[in-house]
Amino acid sequence: MKTLVWVEHDGAAVKDATLAAVTAAAKLGEVHLLVAGSGVDGVAKAAAGIAGVGKVHVADNAAFGHNLPENIAPLIVDLMASHDAFVAPATTTGKNIAPRVAALLDVMQISEILSVEGPKTFTRPIYAGNAIATVESSDAKLVLTVRGTAFDKAAATGGSGSVEAVGAGSDAGISSFVGAEIAKQDRPELTSAKIIVSGGRALGSSEKYQEVVVPLADKLNAALGASRAAVDAGYVPNDYQVGQTGKIVAPEVYFAIGISGAIQHLAGMKDSKTIVAINKDEDAPIFQVADFGLVADLFNAVPELTGKI
Amino acid sequence: MKILVPVKRVLDYNVKPRVKADGTGVDLANVKMSMNPFDEIGVEEAIRLKEKGVATEIVAVSVGPAKAQETLRTALAMGADRAILVQTDDDVEPLALAKIFKAIADAEQPGLVILGKQAIDGDNNQTGQMLAALTGWAQGTFASAVAVDGDHVSVTREVDGGLETVKLKLPAIVTTDLRLNEPRYASLPNIMKAKAKPLDTKSPADYGVDTAPRVKTVKVSEPPVRSAGVKVADVDELVAKLKAMGVHS
Repeated sequence: MKTLVWVEHDGAAVKDATLAAVTAAAKLGEVHLLVAGSGVDGVAKAAAGIAGVGKVHVADNAAFGHNLPENIAPLIVDLMASHDAFVAPATTTGKNIAPRVAALLDVMQISEILSVEGPKTFTRPIYAGNAIATVESSDAKLVLTVRGTAFDKAAATGGSGSVEAVGAGSDAGISSFVGAEIAKQDRPELTSAKIIVSGGRALGSSEKYQEVVVPLADKLNAALGASRAAVDAGYVPNDYQVGQTGKIVAPEVYFAIGISGAIQHLAGMKDSKTIVAINKDEDAPIFQVADFGLVADLFNAVPELTGKI
Repeated sequence: MKILVPVKRVLDYNVKPRVKADGTGVDLANVKMSMNPFDEIGVEEAIRLKEKGVATEIVAVSVGPAKAQETLRTALAMGADRAILVQTDDDVEPLALAKIFKAIADAEQPGLVILGKQAIDGDNNQTGQMLAALTGWAQGTFASAVAVDGDHVSVTREVDGGLETVKLKLPAIVTTDLRLNEPRYASLPNIMKAKAKPLDTKSPADYGVDTAPRVKTVKVSEPPVRSAGVKVADVDELVAKLKAMGVHS
C-alpha cells in the first residue's frame, strides 16, 4: 500500500505530530510525504530526512501558504490518484483538511486512530475516550487522521527520501487568511512536552496561576496546561486547555494542580506515563488516576515542591 | 439570508457512557439524550445572527430516529423558525450526513450552514468539512467568533497554539467550538410556541442518499483502566519519588 502523509510544518521545521503520523503510515506500507506551502525548500529537505520516507512531494505555491483547505484539498485529491491512503496528524490543521479530502474522494474518513490492527482495521476513541471502537473500512482508499500521543515518533533524521516537485496548484478564490494570534512561549509545546504542569479552578485567579503554577513549570522546563474550568474562568488562554475539547496530551509526567479530575479533563491526559495530583479534596476523582497523590493545600505545597525539586 | 443548522441527538453530556457487555456499542437504552452541545452553540449563533438582522430565517435539520423530533423542538424553542427531520433508525456516517445536508442546501439555498465541530458520541469531526467539500463552499472550522460582512464572513478559528482568522466568501460552512457563545435556555412560553412551528419529516431516500455504512464497527470495548497509585504523606516524599524517576530541575 502506498500512503501519502501530509506534513504539518511552520514554514521552517516539521512539526512533531507529523512524525507520529509517519509511524502509523509505515504500518500500512510505503510512506510518501506531501509538503505544501510557500517557500518550503528547507522543510522539504528536512522531511526527506525522516527515517523510512520514500518520496517527498513538494507543492510550493503562495496558495498553499496558510493551509487553506479550499486550496490544499484539490492538490491532495490529485496526488491520491497514485496513493492508497491519505494520512494526516489529528491536529487542528490536519482535522481541517482531511475530511475535505475524504469527501472529495467519496471515502469515509477514520478519525484519530490509536492503532493499526490490519490493512483496513483500526482502533479509535469514541465518547471522549470512554469507549474504544475497532473499525474496518470498506472504501477503496483510506483517509486517516492519527492521534499523535498513540504512536511513537519516527526518527527525524537518518532517512533518504527523494524530493519531487508537484503541479502548480491554484487559489480557489473563496477563502483567504487574515491573521493569527499564536502565543509565543519559551517553553515546550503542550502536545509534545515531556513534563506538563496544569492548573485548575482551585487556583482561584489568573494571578495565583502565575504565582503558583508557572514557577514549578519554569523549574522543570515544563509546558503549561489547564483544566476547562480554569480556562472558562479566564485564568489562562484557551489554548492551555487539556481535555476532551482541548488538547490530548501524554507526557512523561503530568502535574494536576488543584484539578478535580472531571471526565472531560481525564479524557485529555489519562495516557500520561506518570500523573501527579495535588488537591486538598481527598475525594477528588483525580486521585483515582494519579500515580502519586498529595492531599494538601496547593498554595503551600506547590511552592514548597518548587523549592525542593 | 437563510441559515441551516444541523443538530444531532446524542447521549447527554453529563451521562457516563457504558459499553454494552456484548461489545456492540454504547448502551443508549433508558438514558438521557440531548442535543449535541456543539450543535446547541450552532443554533445559538444562528439566533444571534438573526437578532442582529443578518439572518432572516433559521432552519434546523436533524438526521435520526423519530425521537430526534425532540431535539428539533429544542432548536425551535431556542429560536429556530422551522425544522426538517430526515428520519432513519440507521446510524448515519458523516459522509452520508454531508450528502443529505448538501441536498438540503441545494433546495434551501442558505447563506451559512453552522454545524457543531463534532458530535460527542462518534467524535468524528468530519461532517462540516465534508459538506464544504461537496458544496464547494469555503469552511471556517472550530469557530470562536463569526462576523458576517456583506458577501463575506470572517471566522476566528481555535487552532493549536492560538487563534487564526480567515475570510470566507458566502455561502460558507462554519463549525463551532466551545467558546463561540453560551447557548440560551428555552423559556417555557417559547417551548409551548415551538410546538406549533413547522416540522417536516423526510427520509434519506427523499434526498437520494444511500446511508449504508462504509465503516464496519468490529467491536466496542472499555478503554484500559488506569489504577490509582499511592498517596504521599508530604512534599518531601513526593520530591523523593519524583527524583527517583529522574524528575528534577
